[in-house]
Amino acid sequence: MPDFEIVRREDFSDTTYLLEVRHPLLARAARPGQFVIVMLHEHGERIPLTIADYDREGGTVTLVIQAVGKTTREMQAACRVGTRLHALVGPMGVPTAIGHAKKVVCVGGGLGVAPIFAQARGHKEAGAHVVAVLGFRTRSLVFWEEKFARTCDELILCTNDGSAGLKGLITDGVHEALARHGDIDELVAIGPPVMMKACAEVTRARGIKTTVSVNPIMVDGTGMCGGCRIKVGDQVKFACVDGPDFDGHLVDFDDLMTRLARYKREEREAEERFSASCRMAKLPDFDMLAAVAAEATARGDPPESLDPFEQTLGG
Amino acid sequence: MAKKKTVRTIPQTRTPMPEQEPAMRARNFSEVACGYSVADAMREADRCLECPDEPCVRGCPVGVDIPGFIRRITARDLRGAYDVLTDTNLLPAVCGRVCPQESQCEGVCTVGDTLEPVAIGRLERYVGDAAIREGWANVPDIEATRFRVGIVGSGPAGMACAADMAKAGCEVTVYEAFHEPGGVLRYGIPDFRLPNEVIDAEIANLKKLGVRFECNTLVGRLFTIEQMIDELGFDAVFVGVGAGYPTMLGIPGDSLNGVLSANELLTRCNLMRARDFPAYDTPLPIGKRVAVVGAGNTAMDAMRVSLRLGAEKVCCVYRRSRTEAPARLEELHHAEQEGVEFHWLTNPVAVLDDGDGSVRALRCVRMELGEPDASGRRRPVAVAGSEFDFECDLVVYAIGTNANPIMGQTSGMKLNERGYIATDDELATSLAGVFAGGDIVTGAATVIQAMGAGRRAARSMKRYLGLRDLDDAASGRTLFGIDLAEHGFARVRVA
Repeated sequence: MPDFEIVRREDFSDTTYLLEVRHPLLARAARPGQFVIVMLHEHGERIPLTIADYDREGGTVTLVIQAVGKTTREMQAACRVGTRLHALVGPMGVPTAIGHAKKVVCVGGGLGVAPIFAQARGHKEAGAHVVAVLGFRTRSLVFWEEKFARTCDELILCTNDGSAGLKGLITDGVHEALARHGDIDELVAIGPPVMMKACAEVTRARGIKTTVSVNPIMVDGTGMCGGCRIKVGDQVKFACVDGPDFDGHLVDFDDLMTRLARYKREEREAEERFSASCRMAKLPDFDMLAAVAAEATARGDPPESLDPFEQTLGG
Repeated sequence: MAKKKTVRTIPQTRTPMPEQEPAMRARNFSEVACGYSVADAMREADRCLECPDEPCVRGCPVGVDIPGFIRRITARDLRGAYDVLTDTNLLPAVCGRVCPQESQCEGVCTVGDTLEPVAIGRLERYVGDAAIREGWANVPDIEATRFRVGIVGSGPAGMACAADMAKAGCEVTVYEAFHEPGGVLRYGIPDFRLPNEVIDAEIANLKKLGVRFECNTLVGRLFTIEQMIDELGFDAVFVGVGAGYPTMLGIPGDSLNGVLSANELLTRCNLMRARDFPAYDTPLPIGKRVAVVGAGNTAMDAMRVSLRLGAEKVCCVYRRSRTEAPARLEELHHAEQEGVEFHWLTNPVAVLDDGDGSVRALRCVRMELGEPDASGRRRPVAVAGSEFDFECDLVVYAIGTNANPIMGQTSGMKLNERGYIATDDELATSLAGVFAGGDIVTGAATVIQAMGAGRRAARSMKRYLGLRDLDDAASGRTLFGIDLAEHGFARVRVA
């Protein structure tokens, strides 16, 4: 069995980092739209992360993670090249249906940028004309611009402050894409629920098929606990085995957002305790993290949310 | 030679199980039933009449030689008792704790016709625990075959099948999606009923038989059942993945925060160790008042876990009466002793919102029993105008599970109309060389039934692979009037 060794790490910003993990079997099985569940250590949580990329020849899968909660910050500090994850299981979820659409808009907001890549490439490989719309808060957070430009036919970059690309919300980028093409078959959106909701509203009026990838709280990821259930139309679906892709016009995003906040208090407590322990322990591996934590504490802004997607503004 | 025992000469009452005090144990995760002492076990073993027709053996889903192992306890030959038990039952320490004995072996015990039945489960556990303490393991002289067997799921069905196939000389690999093996024994049944050390010991025994465990492997998605046969070189595969797709009630308020399945509650607490939050990262805020819907074993576990996690009040809401409750009797007693409040003949109709997306109360309606339904139990009918609200901050659904869809999504195996894997009487699926058993075939059942299915599948698998079934041969079967065992054919293998 693979030992989940981290073979490459890249830091995109203070909070966003990429981990490439060795798992040849998983790299071979992974398809666009699927996710994995990761445990950092024996005492850790199981957290779901969408597969951003995979290298079938090299035998690795790529995860892009935003440090927003205790676990993701701890991973940021502990996951160096050569270290190992405690657990990595997947690929989970139903792969994205690819191959039917001729012209596709792929929208990624903040951390949704990484997971939308696998889908954009999948659609491209299936012969579709792919327009990528990427949204970031500001220029310093932008990553993979090149990678998308190489893979997709068109790239529309937006930042909230206008420091790169279009100035505005990601929906402005979506409007731009729809203005350029009157014959879009499908729009795929990944990002914070509020962003996906906004994108779905834009396409609803025009009757464009819209697929979103949800990322609710999960434990097992195999359909066993029901913690990830969401409302889709008048049905209840389990994101882990029935999704994570769903019809964006049917998903009840308000319900999804409420459920994502379920462990907010516990998460914040864990986060504060973690920051405190980092300051006290002064472990060499945690140096960088301690600095970040101290800075965050000094600013008095403990991260709010459990969902890595939640922290990014994109809509 | 001692005088023949009769119901008059044996101890008249069953030896009570030493237990932690209810008030104390309801706040800790240590095992509730402490286990028999030597004296307890000797006294209880003495109650077995060794009656000739052995109804208990027929009452056991795996046919344990019950009088045989009890006789050895009486003879103070614990090792011998362990050997007899493990001839048929791989996991005595587990089954002694979790089998519903009252509806199996103990339910048909001859002593039980006049007195309380022999406490077979407690004696079984006594022997199983002794084996763990002493480090006994029965590793038979295994003659290796060239066959490789893959087992999907490391729960009781998979473990039982793995043991039998390993004993038959196959190279066995067990795949588990979680990061630790054991299936429902690990994530579902809490420590106070089945300590982790017991599971660890049983898994260690399997490893001694040569069984390999591969965790973090989601079969179906990482590779398919078909790939196991076609590409990974397995000669036969057993699928024992469990049912595990929890049923929600489908009433208003189902999706509120604070409504969760018993599976989620138990997995967070047991496998992910939320009870040790924040030392472990997985949270499980339990609130003050907990309502658990359902009255099966899982419901009892959920209630008792809630108490131990600090709930002030835990209620059981069940639409039928106590008589119909499917839980093992001992679990029901324990829950009652620990202070769970039972609301029989009560059915939830809605979960009420606190205005902030969380649970405020459970709205229920009183029921009365009408005519018997298809299951033979009297059908509960709502009493008009009897609605009332039960205030609580956590609602746990323990009302059963549906078939997990992953196998159906990823393989060509035939499913039945309810989504479970379709098998013939020999537990063979529609794919050649692939067998299935346990909850994914029958729907939710018990640990011992799953183990029984794992063993039945192993028998079929051995026939499929052309391996002589040692169990059949050793059980004194005859062929053309020749007793196979007597003539030394029992160990002959056709490979």
